[in-house]
Amino acid sequence: MKYIEPHGHMVSRTTDDYEKLAIAGCETICEPAFWAGFDRSSADGFYDYFRQLTEYEPKRAAKYGINHYCWLCINPKEADDPGFAREVMDLIPRFLDCPTVLGIGEIGLNKNTRNELEIFEAHVQLALDRDLPILIHTPHLEDKLKGTKLILDSLASFSKLDRGKIIIDHVEEHTISHVLDAGYWAGMTLYPESKCSPNRAIDMLEIYGNEHLWMNSACDWGHSDPLAVPKCVLEMKRRQHSAEAIDKIVYQNPRTFLSQSPRFVH
Amino acid sequence: MPSKKELLDLQFIDARHKLIDIAAFLDRIDRHDGDEDYRFAAMKAALPILLSDRPDRARAVLESFSDHTTEVSASAPFQGAFGAALPLVTDP
Repeated sequence: MKYIEPHGHMVSRTTDDYEKLAIAGCETICEPAFWAGFDRSSADGFYDYFRQLTEYEPKRAAKYGINHYCWLCINPKEADDPGFAREVMDLIPRFLDCPTVLGIGEIGLNKNTRNELEIFEAHVQLALDRDLPILIHTPHLEDKLKGTKLILDSLASFSKLDRGKIIIDHVEEHTISHVLDAGYWAGMTLYPESKCSPNRAIDMLEIYGNEHLWMNSACDWGHSDPLAVPKCVLEMKRRQHSAEAIDKIVYQNPRTFLSQSPRFVH
Repeated sequence: MPSKKELLDLQFIDARHKLIDIAAFLDRIDRHDGDEDYRFAAMKAALPILLSDRPDRARAVLESFSDHTTEVSASAPFQGAFGAALPLVTDP
């Protein structure tokens, strides 16, 4: 089975993980820019990070026959310092023409602050100006519902936005209908402790359909599993989902959404 | 799609295991010394949802743990999330 991992933070993973992903059938990985687990001390740290995402990581993936793409931004957590965030944002246009950059992401909110919202909206405007797709992170745990509503309200204020080019990630049962009903794509993240378990993600597929959804592992430096998507596929088989239905959610849907970026070659 | 029986055959033991783990967690917290904690209160508040006759218990549990305030602060007083909304501070 071939599949696309549409959200994985491979800079935090070992080369062994690339091998496991390749063996499991992973054809393509997309890596959004994110928080490194600590706050960077200068914008220069992001310059190096963006080089890692656009130059080094595609080569590391290619050794295992995996295509690697990325999304660029300053993450919501470090965006709570707007002055610093603007410094980082000034770097982004230099990288947007790199051949593996898909769009702007993962932007969003962390603790649902006005500072975070200001930088979120600046990123949305940047994506609009460049006609780029957007990948949006929704906050963790108790902050997710409020943050998702704030994000949707904010996006609604952009009149020229193509909602089909925006995916709002990490949805759960209490936020998925807000996202899909508003016309956006939704991502379900499979995590061992937080976000979705495989069975809950499959429940949502059964309830909400599979038209504008994808699944990802969002594997990073924390408690996460780079093989979460193929493990969910196994669970789908156990629950009698057809091969066609599985292919749609783990391959066709990500391909459809990501193909909106001219950089995504398939 | 599988029948109820097929799903029970597939997942009952796992769900039973998780339910007993929650029961043991409640016992464990009760058994140890310490102050009341908003997270434990939030968990106990969510438990009756499991017995309610509704089709969206998972959604309701998630909503019960969520921050329902509408104010938006300028910056974050702290980072991180803890799984349950902080209790509202009210003036004495």
